[in-house]
Amino acid sequence: MKHVVKILSLLVAVSAFWIALLQAAIIPRSHTWLLPIYFVVSLGCYGLLMVGIGLMQFPTCPREAVLLQHDITEAKDFLSANGVDVRSD
Amino acid sequence: MADEKENIGEKKYKYSIIIPTFNERLNIAIIVYLIFKHLRDVDFEIIVVDDGSPDGTQDIVKQLQQLYGEDRILLRARAKKLGLGTAYIHGLKYATGDFVVIMDADLSHHPKYLPSFIKKQLETNASIVTGTRYVKDGGVHGWNLMRKLTSRGANVLAQTLLWPGVSDLTGSFRLYKKCVLEDVISSCVSKGYVFQMEMIVRASRKGYQIEEVPITFVDRVFGTSKLGGSEIVEYLKGLVYLLLTT
Repeated sequence: MKHVVKILSLLVAVSAFWIALLQAAIIPRSHTWLLPIYFVVSLGCYGLLMVGIGLMQFPTCPREAVLLQHDITEAKDFLSANGVDVRSD
Repeated sequence: MADEKENIGEKKYKYSIIIPTFNERLNIAIIVYLIFKHLRDVDFEIIVVDDGSPDGTQDIVKQLQQLYGEDRILLRARAKKLGLGTAYIHGLKYATGDFVVIMDADLSHHPKYLPSFIKKQLETNASIVTGTRYVKDGGVHGWNLMRKLTSRGANVLAQTLLWPGVSDLTGSFRLYKKCVLEDVISSCVSKGYVFQMEMIVRASRKGYQIEEVPITFVDRVFGTSKLGGSEIVEYLKGLVYLLLTT
């Protein structure tokens, strides 16, 4: 099944549930009408939260840049000693 | 450490490493040196797909062939810049390994992670092992706050829409079973980094087992290329395309 079909089925199921809630009137209708808005807003807040947390925990590796420089020097030494041109122009 | 080398050496698999290049005359030499350094007991070949670099990259590759052997380094060049996806397809034609590794030539992908890719695949029999920069032992260096923000935002959006099953969608440091790469690449049509996303999402949809290993990514190029509005639009278009067609 295509992924978009999965998502649409999910949306249809949720909408059906929402319409059922509207008809059954277990929750006062005024609240039920607002549920989709609450849902979208919470989804947005969740997304922003995930972005924020991810940003704070973003893994960095400054040490790797240093190690890379060592590797480059080591490589250049070996290569120039073995007949490979290591000028960058 | 000796155990690890023995473990890698006793398997009889061959690995084809495809590296597309354009104007990487120094980096390709360093990458080849590092690959030979870190894969000492592994049967592998390096396939350099150069798109007619004006800086003499191909001459350097020929010198490397003299040093390491023409059976270990294959130069399969093309006349001009024709894009990444077709570069992989071109390289694949000459690959004689059981597995294919794709990686960038600019040293953002460090060959020292190759043993961990191989080990992960042997342990799990995965069809694809993909490097991820976004987990604890991984990481990125050389990105400013804005770049990290767009990366993180793009990732959250893609995760929400596509449920891809991998943490790093745009990464291009991957090991594939050769038959899996051939299968997936034939159904991908995007360009650029959306292409990398399409590959991994299509593979996921087809049910291929995908494992991840942490990698570190040192971006020495970012400072020169800004992430502009058009890139963001292209990304969003790519997401919608993947949402609707995978």
